[in-house]
Amino acid sequence: MRASIGDKVIFTHAELDRLIALLWGDGIPVVGPKVADGAVVYEPLGGIGEMPWGWSDESGPGHYRLVAGEDGALFGYSLGAQGWKRHLYPPRQNLFRAERAGRGFRILRSVGDDASPPMAFLGVRACELTAIGVLDRVFSQEGFEEPGYRSRRGKVIIIAVECARAVGTCFCASAGGGPAVDGRFDIKLNEIVEDGGHVFLAVAGSDTGAALLSRLSVVPASDAQIIIAAAQPVEAARQQSRRMDAEAPGILERSLESPHWDDVAGRCLTCGNCTMVCPTCFCTTVEDVTDLSGNHAERWRLWDSCFTIDYSHIAGGALRQKASSRYRQWLTHKLSTWHRQFGMSGCVGCGRCIAWCPVGIDITREIESLRKAGGSDGTD
Amino acid sequence: MPDRKRPKLAVWKFSSCDGCQLSLLDCELELLAVSEAVEIAYFLEATRKVVKGPYDISLVEGSITTPHDVEAIRHVRRQSRKLITIGACATAGGIQALRNFKDVKDFIDLVYAHPEYIDTLDRSSAVSEHVRVDFELRGCPINKHQLLEVLNASLNGRRPNVHPHAECVECKMRGNVCVTVAKSEPCLGPVVHAGCGGLCPSVGRGCFGCFGPMETPNTVAMAAKLAEMGLDGRDIQRRFRGFNAYADAFRRESEVHGG
Ligand code: SF4
Ligand code: SF4
Ligand code: SF4
Repeated sequence: MRASIGDKVIFTHAELDRLIALLWGDGIPVVGPKVADGAVVYEPLGGIGEMPWGWSDESGPGHYRLVAGEDGALFGYSLGAQGWKRHLYPPRQNLFRAERAGRGFRILRSVGDDASPPMAFLGVRACELTAIGVLDRVFSQEGFEEPGYRSRRGKVIIIAVECARAVGTCFCASAGGGPAVDGRFDIKLNEIVEDGGHVFLAVAGSDTGAALLSRLSVVPASDAQIIIAAAQPVEAARQQSRRMDAEAPGILERSLESPHWDDVAGRCLTCGNCTMVCPTCFCTTVEDVTDLSGNHAERWRLWDSCFTIDYSHIAGGALRQKASSRYRQWLTHKLSTWHRQFGMSGCVGCGRCIAWCPVGIDITREIESLRKAGGSDGTD
Repeated sequence: MPDRKRPKLAVWKFSSCDGCQLSLLDCELELLAVSEAVEIAYFLEATRKVVKGPYDISLVEGSITTPHDVEAIRHVRRQSRKLITIGACATAGGIQALRNFKDVKDFIDLVYAHPEYIDTLDRSSAVSEHVRVDFELRGCPINKHQLLEVLNASLNGRRPNVHPHAECVECKMRGNVCVTVAKSEPCLGPVVHAGCGGLCPSVGRGCFGCFGPMETPNTVAMAAKLAEMGLDGRDIQRRFRGFNAYADAFRRESEVHGG
């Protein structure tokens, strides 16, 4: 059956395996969910046999566990420990190599020359798709385009999977990141495991997606299947007990001198884990290395964090010495000044910074505390 | 290659296990390049041939534990243009600084048949307590890639790319799953200086703190987390009293706990 953009079709889990094989056969590495070291991680994926089949997860502040799922689903977990950022914007990127030439130097290769391979991301959640949209915005700012990101991003095929459940740290419904998949995808899937059947309802969102679906054995979705799929994100939203205060930008604007920052600083380890796992945090540092002779040099870009001292180091010293000012920077940029800078929030509500903070600092609760500490506008 | 004189390198040993010096020999492939770039002038672990000082770069391993060490390190300093300490002993007093928390005489009486022959200081201390140090490279043992980076940076007149932030940053960059969050395994990573490349968490173990305190260690919050994970006061004290027990931040936190 030929599938066109927007058609709702059904295929079996065996066909998903074939989709993965087809992509690899086309020379497109597939990156998707696997279990490693007690968590779901997004890594190159050879077939559905490597997927977290039957696994689910639970999470809370500073807490994550894989647990046995109830229904033998392939996508029964919620989120990978780290998002797709590490594939789109790797922790270390070579920007250029250079060699000495007389009194100056010659650039041998720069990141723009880098023909990065195409990739297919399988299992992108709604919040993650929103986060990729945030990075797209950040890296395509006029005059500040990021060639490495743009080159990788331009070749990524996105196969999104809508959530049918939420974990304790999810708050995408209030942050606006999900749970309904809404954004630019090539294929969107809903996994339906019922009465011993295991199928996927698929919709193509692009010509690439439609062409891929047309190569699989698919049938039109029934009305009942369409209703089940539509109910999934509604249920995922209903299960969310955490919420982000819609007033966060204003609360933060009024909280620059809040005594509450010292309270957080007492608990915060300034370890940077929150920024590392955040799918929209994009800060980096640049490092030059030489070989021993000094004749060859390379420039590298490395993930950095607003929690390090070096991050705010300028001539004369580091600006943000105190943990309170570093925590304030992270929260205020993410939830408030990001709006002015990029016209959107820097937070999609994935909850990773809450789950993977070793001491379980919870940004939704910190906003509540700031409101109580005087950051409210007095109307309530 | 620009014309430059090969700088003279010296490698010194004080109270230590030799592991950090061995990291230099462990550089294998790069060792040839190092020996071409510098003149190895004094390195008893590698060669008996000794070239007289002064030296351009001195790498110092080991802590200062005897009156003789105190004299010797001053002598090293006087002969060295740049003095770089390598490893937890030289930088923080090492595992042997555990004695600093007790009366050293008790140990001497217990360990040696003839305590009267032993001439030692009552504390094992970092080199920087005695002479000016140009750079301190952390680790027990040091990471050979960092050692090469520090030598390389010195030769090329640039700042070494050695990061004082938390171990967690490299752990996450490596793509590890956090052992504290996913397994409730106590891990010192959040208060520990990066540099090892995330060795222990990569094999499912918590960080032991070989690289000592990071730039702004919140040891109070770390200790509270360890307590929440079920460690008692004695356990917490032991976590902070490893190879860097006498590094200021760890020493102070360890003194709060016990039992
Ligand atoms: S700030 Fe936290 S919840 Fe929001 S997108 Fe980043 S990691 Fe997710
Ligand atoms: S909020 Fe949590 S994860 Fe972020 S720096 Fe502080 S302790 Fe680390
Ligand atoms: S395993 Fe340890 S070093 Fe790695 S992120 Fe967790 S606390 Fe930090």
